[in-house]
Amino acid sequence: MTQPTELQTIAGGGLLDRRVFLKKGITFSVAALASESLLAETDPAQLPWMKTPGEPLSNYGQPSAHERKTIRWTMGNSMADGNGVSWTPLHDLEGTITPNGLHFERHHNGVPQIDPAQHQLLIHGAVKKPLVFTMEALLRYPMSSKLCFIECGGNSNAGWRDVPIQTAAGYVHGMSSCSEWTGIPLKILLNEARVKGRAKWLIAEGADASAMNVSIPLEKAMEDCILAVYQNGERIRPENGYPLRLVAPGWEGVLNVKWLHRLHLSNKPAMSRNETSKYTELLPSGKARQFTFVMDAKSLITHPSYGQQLNKTGYYQISGLAWSGRGKIVKVEVSADGGKTWAVAELQDPVLSKCFTRFRIPWHWNGQTAILKSRATDETGYVQPERDALIAARGKHGYFHYNAIVSWQISNHGEITHVYA
Amino acid sequence: MSMLKHFLPTLLFFSIPVVAIEVSPNLGKAASDQQLSQWNKDIFPDGQGLPKGKGTASYGKKIYNKHCLSCHGFEGTGNSADELAGASHSLTDNPPDKIIGTYWPYATTIFDFTRRSMPLNAPGILSTNELYAVTAYLLYLNNIIEENAIMNEKTLPAVVMPNRHGFINIYQQQDKNP
Repeated sequence: MTQPTELQTIAGGGLLDRRVFLKKGITFSVAALASESLLAETDPAQLPWMKTPGEPLSNYGQPSAHERKTIRWTMGNSMADGNGVSWTPLHDLEGTITPNGLHFERHHNGVPQIDPAQHQLLIHGAVKKPLVFTMEALLRYPMSSKLCFIECGGNSNAGWRDVPIQTAAGYVHGMSSCSEWTGIPLKILLNEARVKGRAKWLIAEGADASAMNVSIPLEKAMEDCILAVYQNGERIRPENGYPLRLVAPGWEGVLNVKWLHRLHLSNKPAMSRNETSKYTELLPSGKARQFTFVMDAKSLITHPSYGQQLNKTGYYQISGLAWSGRGKIVKVEVSADGGKTWAVAELQDPVLSKCFTRFRIPWHWNGQTAILKSRATDETGYVQPERDALIAARGKHGYFHYNAIVSWQISNHGEITHVYA
Repeated sequence: MSMLKHFLPTLLFFSIPVVAIEVSPNLGKAASDQQLSQWNKDIFPDGQGLPKGKGTASYGKKIYNKHCLSCHGFEGTGNSADELAGASHSLTDNPPDKIIGTYWPYATTIFDFTRRSMPLNAPGILSTNELYAVTAYLLYLNNIIEENAIMNEKTLPAVVMPNRHGFINIYQQQDKNP
């Protein structure tokens, strides 16, 4: 069994200094696994992929056949399979960028198969010049890129349940994904249409079979909204809004309208279904929070997390994601003793505003029961709340905007379960 | 060397091409009145955008049973899709019943959402009069209007929903208390 004799733990449960590997001469003596011993005796030149030619070139690469379990988990309506959600498998991913085929989905009536030659964007209402843009015209505009997360307002909603859900981390918290979105700053087109002084809101509508619409404050549109055409370098996938998506960095996913074809400037919100009966949070008083656009700071440990198994004691790297709709993440703390003591995790550069931030910290597991937690702080000073505090403030029936600290319990057999602690 | 010194500023001055400053690409076309009227389907709580037409609950029941019942259940009690009427709990009960009669703040939203999104298998199939009728039926099922009340572009926005004042504008609050 490995003992970190020369290593100082910096918090309970075996958390080590995040810079431990920068120190000279620190090594872990890890007992080799049985399978590794076998592998060591195999001559690599005898492996089949070194003895015969490989596969031919391909027009569009696909993941390894050994990674087929890394998929979105889909859940559609029983009567209408295009109405539902799919989750990003955050527990199977590392880094901060979500592969395009794994970006979460929320569709209100399926994925439209839009011909870009027939797709147009109309800007009208409280403007001096109502304008229509073809995709051909839009592709000639100056573009800029923004790396940011998009998170559904309903992400992590299983956290409100009385019993902790036993589901892989991504399939609870993976209605959040992070991409580089490239497109036209919305401000440019609004200025061309010459917005009238009375305009305060922008009603955005998608060209899907739900004609999904939602109202967005004009201030946000002028500040940092992008009419995205590209996602992670390639044209946006149909399920993420091809050919045009409104990206509203840091704000609820529903405002990031996919298949965007109309922007209506108005002095008032439309009070559409998706800003009244949905995406509002009922409080214990019977009143409901409305226009809760900003996604508050959240973090979770993705490795190790529910469904994974620790087979040996000794060294592990704890790794997870943090993000905030208010700006940059400035600190993520990790606890291995259920929140009694905390240690500061290393944040992976670059730390960007309204973007997934990867945190990591080394940990020595001694084989005893442990409870892992992470807690994010953003640049506004907002600290991710414990579940009890969130429920004390909001009750249990708000459904949307659940961002409490997530706790994973490691049993003395190395099994990992989700607990409220 | 002395010549170069002398001419360099002049050369630099003339080598910078003079380009008229483009304020913006301006590649959009002026939208026609026809485009504006065909595309604009937004309806506001004050009735802005509501088309002319009318309907009552009795006709709306027929429309509902034909197009809505299979997903929303008998008299709106819910099935594979949301419960729309017949709340047995209030908003402060555990669990609460968040339906049209208890939660939705504006009657116009029912018309708007039904017109733009429903029925799921054929959105846009209902006529304006059918939309007013099915809206009237849902309001009647929630005990908000009488069975024979006519819903049209004037009466619908005048309907006061029970939860009209049930919402706190968090965005506005943030403006006041940044």
